[in-house]
Amino acid sequence: MPAVSKGDGMRGLAVFISDIRNCKSKEAEVKRINKELANIRSKFKGDKALDGYSKKKYVCKLLFIFLLGHDIDFGHMEAVNLLSSNKYTEKQIGYLFISVLVNSNSDLIRLINNGIKNDLASRNPTFMNLALHCIAFASEIPRILVAGDTMDSVKQSAALCLLRLNRTSPDLVPMGEWTARVVHLLNDQHLGVVTAATSLITTLAQKSPDDFKTSISLAVARLSRIVTSASIDLQDYTYYFVAAPWLSVKLLRLLQCYPPPEDAALRSRLTECLETILNKAQEPPKSKKVQHSNAKNAVLFEAISLIIHHDSEPTLLVRACNQLGQFLQHRETNLRYLALESMCTLASSEFSHEAVKTHIETVINALKTERDVSVRQRAVDLLYAMCDRSNAKQIVAEMLSYLETADYSIREEIVLKVAILAEKYAVDYTWYVDTILNLIRIAGDYVSEEVWYRVIQIVINRDDVQGYAAKTVFEALQAPACHENLVKVGGYILGEFGNLIAGDSRSSPLVQFNLLHSKFHLCSVPTRALLLSAYIKFINLFPEVKATIQEVLRSDSQLRNADVELQQRAVEYLRLSCIASTDILATVLEEMPPFPERESSILAKLKRKKGPGNLPDIDDARRNVNGNTEHSEKTETTNKVTLVRTASAYLLNLNSTPTAGASLLVDVFSDSSTLASVEVSDENFPRFVCKNNGVIFENQLLQIGLKSEYRQNLGRMYVFYGNKTSTQFLSFSSSVTCNDTLKNHILSTSSVDPIIEGGAQVQQILNIECVSDFTDAPVLNVQFRYGGTLQNIAVKLPVMLNKFFQPTEMTSQDFFQRWKQLGAPQQEVQKIFKAKHPMDTEVTKAKILGFGVALLDRVDPNPENFVGAGVIHSKNTQVGCLLRLEPNTQAQMYRLTLRTSRDSVSQRLCDLLSEQF
Amino acid sequence: MIKAILIFNNHGKPRLSKFYEHYTEDTEQQIIRETFHLVSKRDENVCNFLEGGMLIGGSDYKLIYRHYATLYFVFCVDSSESELGILDLIQVFVETLDKCFENVCELDLIFHVDKVHNILAEMVMGGMVLETNMNEIITQVDAQNKMEKSEVTSVLA
Repeated sequence: MPAVSKGDGMRGLAVFISDIRNCKSKEAEVKRINKELANIRSKFKGDKALDGYSKKKYVCKLLFIFLLGHDIDFGHMEAVNLLSSNKYTEKQIGYLFISVLVNSNSDLIRLINNGIKNDLASRNPTFMNLALHCIAFASEIPRILVAGDTMDSVKQSAALCLLRLNRTSPDLVPMGEWTARVVHLLNDQHLGVVTAATSLITTLAQKSPDDFKTSISLAVARLSRIVTSASIDLQDYTYYFVAAPWLSVKLLRLLQCYPPPEDAALRSRLTECLETILNKAQEPPKSKKVQHSNAKNAVLFEAISLIIHHDSEPTLLVRACNQLGQFLQHRETNLRYLALESMCTLASSEFSHEAVKTHIETVINALKTERDVSVRQRAVDLLYAMCDRSNAKQIVAEMLSYLETADYSIREEIVLKVAILAEKYAVDYTWYVDTILNLIRIAGDYVSEEVWYRVIQIVINRDDVQGYAAKTVFEALQAPACHENLVKVGGYILGEFGNLIAGDSRSSPLVQFNLLHSKFHLCSVPTRALLLSAYIKFINLFPEVKATIQEVLRSDSQLRNADVELQQRAVEYLRLSCIASTDILATVLEEMPPFPERESSILAKLKRKKGPGNLPDIDDARRNVNGNTEHSEKTETTNKVTLVRTASAYLLNLNSTPTAGASLLVDVFSDSSTLASVEVSDENFPRFVCKNNGVIFENQLLQIGLKSEYRQNLGRMYVFYGNKTSTQFLSFSSSVTCNDTLKNHILSTSSVDPIIEGGAQVQQILNIECVSDFTDAPVLNVQFRYGGTLQNIAVKLPVMLNKFFQPTEMTSQDFFQRWKQLGAPQQEVQKIFKAKHPMDTEVTKAKILGFGVALLDRVDPNPENFVGAGVIHSKNTQVGCLLRLEPNTQAQMYRLTLRTSRDSVSQRLCDLLSEQF
Repeated sequence: MIKAILIFNNHGKPRLSKFYEHYTEDTEQQIIRETFHLVSKRDENVCNFLEGGMLIGGSDYKLIYRHYATLYFVFCVDSSESELGILDLIQVFVETLDKCFENVCELDLIFHVDKVHNILAEMVMGGMVLETNMNEIITQVDAQNKMEKSEVTSVLA
């Protein structure tokens, strides 16, 4: 018997729909609809009260009209009336209309809520279900869900309703006693309830994993029952010979919210399940139907993502990888697509990275032959993820050749990926330059600013490639038509390094200039501006073309250019070239200084484009080992200055760059009126590494003493100024300056009396906070008048990283476990040095304790050695540190090893401590 | 979760649209049009997944679709759903419709929009899968019909 019998129901509705279908044109259809709308409106507005049936009919018609894409601005009231009807059919239509058409901001929501509330309170399960479907009320639902007498289907709806509520407005449903009981729904008899509950628990567990930890064991147990069962006891949940595929998928998803179970028995049971699922994939299919293999593979893929998520069982990972490898060549496109996608995540696991790499040929083949752009896109992603130094050349070459035929929609992304890989894995930077120029040649329109900024940064920072780059861009510019981006790169590089190829008569200065200038009129304003800067650089590099260039600058099209930027550059450069001497020109137009290393702006762009979650992180520790450490991406995100400035401001290097040391001095005196040169006194600085109190500075007039205390990331320093003379100090003032790279902050400085009597001592308090790890120390500037002369004193304050140590006691076992965890090469810093003081065990111990770490007894097998542990507290992070000092009394040498999770910290601590022995 | 379920025919005429997130009516219609353009230009033997259109969340969402004779069934889902699972769900949905309507065809969907919605409501609720067991779904639909019948007869009597 058909569940829905045709014919009965609403005749008027059927007639209306037939009418519309018979309409020959869009206009006729609109006309018919408008007529019907007018009719319904008049009926609703009419005096005669409509019976339930007609209301139902009209609301249905409205629903249909809405589906066709017309606005419905009335009828809501009638639908709400239907909602409160006692008849099931009317109620149903009412709910349907409301859930399709009404959004949660509508004014009617109050009325609707009322209706729903009534239904929820009723004892009629059907009504309750309808109400739950429509979804609104909070506090009742958990009760319904866990009450013993609720029908299965109502429980199911209640679970999902709760889930939905939790998503839209989590504060409506307070966590409570019911949560514990929800977990037990995983054991419910009815598999439908279990499926719904699993969805609910997965969402809740993502929010507060700790509350739902108990679900792990239940989920594993349930999964194992399904996977190993002989599929008879599963009621009707066997779908094309696969036992409860939906529930299995949900359970595997739930398990992905947690790390691998700690309990060994549970863990082995889960491993067994996963193995069984992998084994089943090898069995011959029980049915030829595509649904059978689909369901089976749905479970399989979910199992593989769980394996990848756990990332702990090498054998499972390799098996998963092999399984995916099989799928890569499967004739089902869907499976090839999913296999590529899963492999992408697999590639970032260190256990399976090598295994993934073996499939490179297949993936490249997919890129070439696959007919479906979605699949090709995944293949590109996978190639990007599996790339490392060993196969970079091959992969980049393949991507470049694919780029020529790639779909327009994904070209920009491929360009970014090629640029990143080429930079990251370049051993030979000539290859890098070639690759990027090729990229511009093939897909110039898709090469964003970031890409060509980056190539210029790299060329400027690497002397070995500059000549080659100049030669290559010169050759590339010979092409009759070249992309504007190439002109930009060419202009910049020749402007800087054109002299490196000027010896060859084929690329003499004049030839270079004419070549660039031949492109000038075809370019946009920003490029022209860049070219003008390149010209003035030429005047410095090649005095012989000065006259020619001045001629160009002097022409009306430059000096009177409508664009103000171009005009200004032309005027300024022309004047500069006329009046400045060769020496001044050489200084002003000096070669660009190297760029500070920062996060590749291209990578930042790709991250923005893909969203943080979707980009396989290729910068994890594994890659850094063989990756290019020079371009470590760990630079603070705040440093992400896009290089827009490079094009204009940096190119004309008008301000000579201040040297690093000078800026420190300038800072010291920035507040003071005198310009007398005063050395920053730091002779006593090292003495404070292992102690907190003492005299930091002393001369004939003044003694400065310190007393300091530190707790976690905060510190307080008492500074004592002692007047050693018998006359008073006038206009005494002191201030603290921090180099701006210095990230520890002086929070506040208490004020000091401007007069210090002879022989007196005054005190000043500094509050200090460590924001993140740092190297430089702040400088205390003191100024006063003594006998009519102004005295300036600058003292380096002993605020060092190790002051923010909290000692940590640990057992020998813990120590070595952590020691191993911090095994990456950049985390360890080691120094071997000669002893400066007599090697006394007790003194050494005191120094290590004074350094701030806990001294761990009986950890090192050699009792001569010292082992310590502590945590550096800063506002942003905490960095755990382990240290080991091995004295060699015979050779009078020490070996100091530091391991911390941050390389800069290891280095700084090692520098500080090694000076102490 | 499932963000939207769309059914339209080969010409892009919508036959059922159910959004589990609120959009304005205009946007809904635009999404249907955009989805149709994305899906309809694909060949028969390519894969059943593609990234969503710009209106419905771009690459964070996937469109999973099946093409039956004159109709496209499209589910728009986020990354928390299993692709093959959804594909199976579409199959279950269609098989259920087939059982309920006896050889379902486009006309059934046109004339019984409410019934189709009700069947869908038995399977998907608030964007989450409620029930995947076909027999269970059909039992519920039957029960609904029985209730409907009894009311109709009681009115006549």
